[in-house]
Amino acid sequence: MSESYVIQALNLHKYFRETHAVDGVTLQIKAGEIYGLVGSDGAGKTTTIRLIVGALKPDSGECSICGYDTQRKAEDAHAQLGYLSQRFSLYEELTVLENIRFFAEVRGLKSNEWLPRCLEILEFVGLANYKDRRAGQLSGGMKQKLGLASALVTRPRVLLLDEPTTGVDPVTRQDFWQLLIRLTSSRLDLPSSSKEKQEDNDSSKVAVLISTPYMDEAGRCRRVGFMRHGQIIAEGTPSQLRARLAERVLELRGSPLKLLRYVAQKDPEVEDVRAFGDRLHLRVVEKKADLVVNRLPDKIRGEGGKVDDLRIIHPVLEDVFIELSEKTYE
Amino acid sequence: MKLRLLSIIRKEFIQIIRDPRTMTLILVMPILQLFLLGYAATTDVKNIPLAVWDQNRTPQSRALLDAFRGADYFNISYMVGSEDEYRILIENGQARAVLIIPPDYDRDLLEGHAQVSMVLDGSDATVGSTALSAVHLIVQSYATKVMINQAALSGRAASITPPVDVSTQVWYNPDLISAYFMIPGVVGMILSMITAMLTATAVVRERERGTIEQLIVTPIRPWELIVGKLLPYVALAFVDVFEILIIGHFWFQVPIRGDLSLIFILSGLFIISSLGIGLFASTIANTQQEAMITVLVTMLPSIFLSGFFFPIDAMPKFLQVVSYIIPLRFYLVIIRALLLKGVGAAALQNEIIALIVFAVVIMAAASARFRKRLD
Repeated sequence: MSESYVIQALNLHKYFRETHAVDGVTLQIKAGEIYGLVGSDGAGKTTTIRLIVGALKPDSGECSICGYDTQRKAEDAHAQLGYLSQRFSLYEELTVLENIRFFAEVRGLKSNEWLPRCLEILEFVGLANYKDRRAGQLSGGMKQKLGLASALVTRPRVLLLDEPTTGVDPVTRQDFWQLLIRLTSSRLDLPSSSKEKQEDNDSSKVAVLISTPYMDEAGRCRRVGFMRHGQIIAEGTPSQLRARLAERVLELRGSPLKLLRYVAQKDPEVEDVRAFGDRLHLRVVEKKADLVVNRLPDKIRGEGGKVDDLRIIHPVLEDVFIELSEKTYE
Repeated sequence: MKLRLLSIIRKEFIQIIRDPRTMTLILVMPILQLFLLGYAATTDVKNIPLAVWDQNRTPQSRALLDAFRGADYFNISYMVGSEDEYRILIENGQARAVLIIPPDYDRDLLEGHAQVSMVLDGSDATVGSTALSAVHLIVQSYATKVMINQAALSGRAASITPPVDVSTQVWYNPDLISAYFMIPGVVGMILSMITAMLTATAVVRERERGTIEQLIVTPIRPWELIVGKLLPYVALAFVDVFEILIIGHFWFQVPIRGDLSLIFILSGLFIISSLGIGLFASTIANTQQEAMITVLVTMLPSIFLSGFFFPIDAMPKFLQVVSYIIPLRFYLVIIRALLLKGVGAAALQNEIIALIVFAVVIMAAASARFRKRLD
């Protein structure tokens, strides 16, 4: 039933002159779900998100947020969502509090509500002490947090985040995700009004659509969609996606790495060799893993290299990402 | 919703007030313009440097020169003795006109047929045409004086009065002070340029900075966004009008004979047109620079065609027609009439209607183009 999807995008298409930026994208996300959209630069993630929030008009296809069509009932749809754009920027001349007050009021918070809510949300993201600082004087990580706060201040049912942690330091990135998890696991963990019952009902939890280039973040999503050339070419839970490459990824440790790499690449059943820190991940043709495990170490030693270990491992999302990026279509 | 509108207005005001450069522009520029145009821009032509070649050098020729000295139009700056001398002076721009008195002037005068000649530098048409009429004026009146003297001397009549005379009454601006003419124009010019430019850049700046994307995805209605962004600039424009009127009246002595409230109301109408132009420009431009240039390109020709510096009646018909779509043209008529003539709204009906039509059209066009979208 379409009512249970808070984000419903059906067969969206968008052209920019000749470029088919979004090519038949369908996304259906339920309340309480964190959905990660991954893909290389130019794959169409930002355009897709902009279509969903209504900042762009699709050339064909439909989209609705909480049942409101984003083209025909745009303002109603907007009232349900919080959005953090990739190019997020603030009003630099305004203070943190003034910025968030602006977004709170513009999104519908009443004059007696905005102050407590703003302070609450600033506390939630850890910016309470900076409320009177000019936004232009915040560090990158703090700006992103302020952006998140502005998106959350009205307690929207749907949150759309476009690469919210790019350019942000690792510590802040962790903080950010902690906030997101708190957000989706309980209704904002904030003192709710007496009207709302504490139902452990999914339907009142926040749905999040987040696009990210970081695989560790993708791994924390309930479902991940992989985009390439404007299409979602693979979709599923992280486990499902990893299962695509089950029994096909080998980890090779030894030295020298250059030699190992060279020999491995020559092997006809090895599709791809990547460095992963101090070791190599080999992607092999289906069902050929054992074959490679048996013959490769000898070949390496034959060329003068040393092999510490070569075995089948569970694939990580990165492996899947790379495979999907390079896949050629028949 | 009221609250959304109020919050946009509040945000715009905070942004403007905390931007010292824009504030200075808005508050100080009109004053500078006023003083500049009030003093420097004068269409009165005076003190034209004159070179004189007196080939006669008699009391009679000196009497003629006195007549020239008596009028303000010319300054006798050089006495030359040859054509080459005065040619060089004209070429260098040191003299703009040359008076040549022939050797037999005094004898010709007695016989009633004296002629002097004038060479004028026509490269500056304003000076040239004033000098032309001035010299005729001076010589005619001198000639009349001579005639009267001669008649009195020969006893023909106690006095001869010229057969036709004209008595002039200059209403509203008896001394033809150009400041009275310029300053209302400055009001119009400032209002149109500043409001249009500021509006255009304010809207485009959101797009440039990327804040527009956040703004789009809120329940705010397009009209709320437009009104909220424009209202602070309307207020500031009124502050400017007030400033200019105060300085114009107390410093430059420009009279304010019309009804003050009418002045403000009609200025408000004009402001709306300028805001509309700015808003329209913002829907075309993608960067603040583009926005400023678009406004400039629209405004500059309008100023020339509006009747501020050059009279519209003197323009070719085609341009006169074009001037009908320039709101400044109508506003200038209104503001000059209100300040100098003190008329009521009834006399300005046509202009008021024209302004209303323009404001409605431009705002409708701009709003139609203004989309809450990125594409």
